[in-house]
Amino acid sequence: MKNYDVIVIGGGPAGLAAAIRAYDLGAEVLIIEREEITGGILNQCIHNGFGLARFKESLSGPEYAARFIDEVCKRDISVMTNTTVLSLSADKKVTAINQTDGIFTLQAKAIILAMGCRERSKGALNIAGTRPAGLYSAGSAQKYVNIKGYLPGKEVVILGSGDIGLIMARRMTLEGAKVHAVCEIMPYSSGLKRNIVQCLDDFGIPLYLNHTVLKIEGNDRVTGVVIAQVDKDKKPIPGTEKHFDCDTVLFSVGLIPENELTKEAGIELCGATKGALVYQNRETTIDGIFACGNVLHVHDLVDFVSEEAEIAGAAAAKYALSGSKERSVVNTFAGDNVSYVLPQKIDKNIEGNVKLFFRVKKALEKCTVKVICGEQVLLEKKKRVVRPGEMENVILPESLVSELGGDISVVLEGKEI
Amino acid sequence: MFDVAVIGGGVIGATILRELTKYRLNVCLLEKEADVAMGQSRANSGIVHAGFDAPVGSLKATFNVLGNAMMEDYARELGVKFKRNGSLVVAFSEEELKTLKELKARGELNGVKKLRIISKEELFEIEPSVSKNAVGALLAPTGGIVCPYKLTVAAVGNAMDNGATLLTEFEVVKINKGENAFTITAKDGKSITAKIMINCAGIYSEEIAKAAGDNSFTVGGRKGEYILLDRECGDFVKHTLFFTPTEKGKGILVSPTVDGNIILGPTAEQVSDKNVETSVDGLKDVQEKAAKMCDKVPFGGTITSFAGTRAYCNIHDFIIEESKTVEGLINCAGIESPGLTSAPAIAKFVVEDLVSKFFEMVDNLDFDGQRKPDDFFNNLSVEEKNNIIKENPAYGKIICRCERITEGEIVRAIKTNPPATNVDAIKRRTRSGMGRCQGGFCQPQVVEIIARELNIPIEQVTKSGKGSYLLRGKTK
Ligand SMILES: Cc1cc2nc3c(=O)[nH]c(=O)nc-3n(C[C@H](O)[C@H](O)[C@H](O)COP(=O)(O)OP(=O)(O)OC[C@H]3O[C@@H](n4cnc5c(N)ncnc54)[C@H](O)[C@@H]3O)c2cc1C
Ligand SMILES: Cc1cc2nc3c(=O)[nH]c(=O)nc-3n(C[C@H](O)[C@H](O)[C@H](O)COP(=O)(O)OP(=O)(O)OC[C@H]3O[C@@H](n4cnc5c(N)ncnc54)[C@H](O)[C@@H]3O)c2cc1C
Repeated sequence: MKNYDVIVIGGGPAGLAAAIRAYDLGAEVLIIEREEITGGILNQCIHNGFGLARFKESLSGPEYAARFIDEVCKRDISVMTNTTVLSLSADKKVTAINQTDGIFTLQAKAIILAMGCRERSKGALNIAGTRPAGLYSAGSAQKYVNIKGYLPGKEVVILGSGDIGLIMARRMTLEGAKVHAVCEIMPYSSGLKRNIVQCLDDFGIPLYLNHTVLKIEGNDRVTGVVIAQVDKDKKPIPGTEKHFDCDTVLFSVGLIPENELTKEAGIELCGATKGALVYQNRETTIDGIFACGNVLHVHDLVDFVSEEAEIAGAAAAKYALSGSKERSVVNTFAGDNVSYVLPQKIDKNIEGNVKLFFRVKKALEKCTVKVICGEQVLLEKKKRVVRPGEMENVILPESLVSELGGDISVVLEGKEI
Repeated sequence: MFDVAVIGGGVIGATILRELTKYRLNVCLLEKEADVAMGQSRANSGIVHAGFDAPVGSLKATFNVLGNAMMEDYARELGVKFKRNGSLVVAFSEEELKTLKELKARGELNGVKKLRIISKEELFEIEPSVSKNAVGALLAPTGGIVCPYKLTVAAVGNAMDNGATLLTEFEVVKINKGENAFTITAKDGKSITAKIMINCAGIYSEEIAKAAGDNSFTVGGRKGEYILLDRECGDFVKHTLFFTPTEKGKGILVSPTVDGNIILGPTAEQVSDKNVETSVDGLKDVQEKAAKMCDKVPFGGTITSFAGTRAYCNIHDFIIEESKTVEGLINCAGIESPGLTSAPAIAKFVVEDLVSKFFEMVDNLDFDGQRKPDDFFNNLSVEEKNNIIKENPAYGKIICRCERITEGEIVRAIKTNPPATNVDAIKRRTRSGMGRCQGGFCQPQVVEIIARELNIPIEQVTKSGKGSYLLRGKTK
């Protein structure tokens, strides 16, 4: 059995950045990636808008990934592509499969989970009607169009207004398809504001908020869908039905962290994020196993993925080379208007500021973020607008972290939009 | 000229076809769809019923009990998973407890063994998820579960390995009875001839009988809707749970499937057009009833919903006999539930007692009833897998992440009888695309593999045969 200091599972932007950082701190690193090339989901995101925060330029997905792949190549980091990790044990044995070595097991001192996420399937929606061809997740349509060079359909309705759905509305339009509508059950889009403007508004594609799909029609191939407005309880309102003729329905109904390996290893998951419960160094409930990127919580901006991965990479190298220290733990909680806070646990013995990432439950304006501990307000920060589609953060300075007297909550006050 | 033409590639046609290949007969199966198991045998509950339900003395009762006893060996020979998980009919009132006693008595008359009425304490002990409103249950340890479409696919495959011919996309529209043979013509004009004909067309068996000149029965459709939960929810229940039948009907069942998912359903709705759409009300109905049977049904684990149409015959029993009006036509019509359970027994009866009147039945000494399981790779040790990967590296490449299906298994499904030629056919054989992401990740790759192996342009690959094209051309 071959040994490594750090094994990184998944070679997307999270895995790449984590590997680079771990290597630079002196660890022997292996990246395992199941696809032919590293870069993760970025390889199929050929649109621009990546890297605005990190590189101050607008890169395409593959360009953003290339910057990290180049850095990996400059270093003596081992990369196994076309290799799928099948299982992970709590004692950090990784079993994988590929075409040349078959099934094999490796031992690591530290593990970084960077498996990304998958799309929620349409099946989870329990939509009535038939099950013809022409129903695609937005991500698989993206793969067909951008990687394989095929158009899944020409008359399109999109369900769900996640970013991938918005991006695909524009992409399909540019490829000559007609996108009739984007239909979203919530009163707001779960996508980025800029994507709504650039992908829908600029192309005159209507966005139906508070709408759900009632029925899919067609026996062999989709021939149409019926959508309707919903009331406060998300129940369809009779009489508001709209029918669209179409040959394709794309689903963009959310992403779910891909945590099968995590669960198998016995790592505790967080109900709100569907990813592992972690400390600020992204260490999970099993010492020496770290997680970062979309496998931990779904990010909308890859720049934050890279940032988070570097934290995990550094901590994994440190663990592999010098083991763990005693902890002094407080928990973080999501307070009013907040759906989750990450990290879920803060170890006061770890040096440095703690950036608390969180998502809000509804769109608010003129708001104040507060970090509270019991009755005491530790920190206050003003925000102009916050939306569920955009991850927010607030920094807890080191001086406060080491002094924390108990569990803390992040709460949000503001005016509903 | 064929000796026997079997019309309809459901579980009944499939098991009869396989039974026929035990003899030196030239036989074929005609199926209108691009694959077998596309009718009732695709979307049903997969329960191998114990046999307490059917009226005493009916064909349903007889074949159910016989089929239940045969199923374990039958499935093993064909490499199909079967599990005797036991069934429970749960009572929620004193009234219903009385019905359980009637069911038990009926079952015993039908020849069902080991039936036992259990207390609620014992019920909660063996099935902790059952609602605390339950007052007792009828336990039928002989009840089991099997995958209906895998059984059908495997029986057809094994029959083909033993010399049978399968003609798919052969929708029978015309039947002419000549002097010594039938000429059977498909919608697209193709035709074949056969000395005798077995009608196993499921909900269309009335149409086939009529086309041959037999107007003696009618078959309608009754829709059933299901919800399927992720394997993660797999140990939620162990037995198949039925409601106690009342005047209003049978209610739904809550059961594990043999592949480890949980199935909830079916509803029972009379339909005029034999459609298989799921409906908002139907799915809601399933959820509400399931919630009555069990506390805390993990609906969050829903991965898909689907509908099937039951044959619903005016005679209210199986029709398994030679036509009284058309010589050489054997009808296996109106085979509603427990048709899946009964299939091996029906097949044996049809061949040994009905077909035998027309031919001198000479044993086919080359007959080999064993079929390698479609999921054989999954069941090997690491060492055995590695030997296979060394020989054929395609087995080292995972295509379906959720179910961990390799390229080797997908190619094998395309090359093994009955060949899978579309995405759904591959899914039914390998489970590729059947997991959590429902094909979101692997479908593009599966499509490419099909195009490559069948040597067709990628645009011609379908989801499930005619008209169900997946792609509309190249990008700009
Ligand atoms: C379909 C889709 C489209 C998206 N489009 C956009 C977009 O347009 N714009 C945007 O800003 N964000 C988009 N995102 C969000 C984007 O995923 C993140 O910004 C970022 O790519 C996350 O990086 P990651 O490394 O965590 O995950 P990923 O990029 O998903 O990388 C995970 C990697 O791990 C590998 N892996 C997983 N499991 C295993 C295993 N068992 N063995 C070996 N390797 C494994 C995967 O193959 C993959 O390469 C999209 C996400 C999805 C799912
Ligand atoms: C919702 C539901 C739940 C059920 N649950 C159970 C259960 O739990 N246990 C159990 O034992 N039984 C169950 N059953 C019953 C069982 O599924 C059926 O009895 C069995 O599948 C019938 O098989 P078959 O071969 O007769 O029909 P089918 O499977 O319907 O096969 C008929 C075939 O004929 C083909 N065909 C039709 N017309 C033509 C034509 N013109 N030309 C060529 N081919 C044609 C069709 O495409 C189809 O493939 C259930 C049924 C339903 C619908």
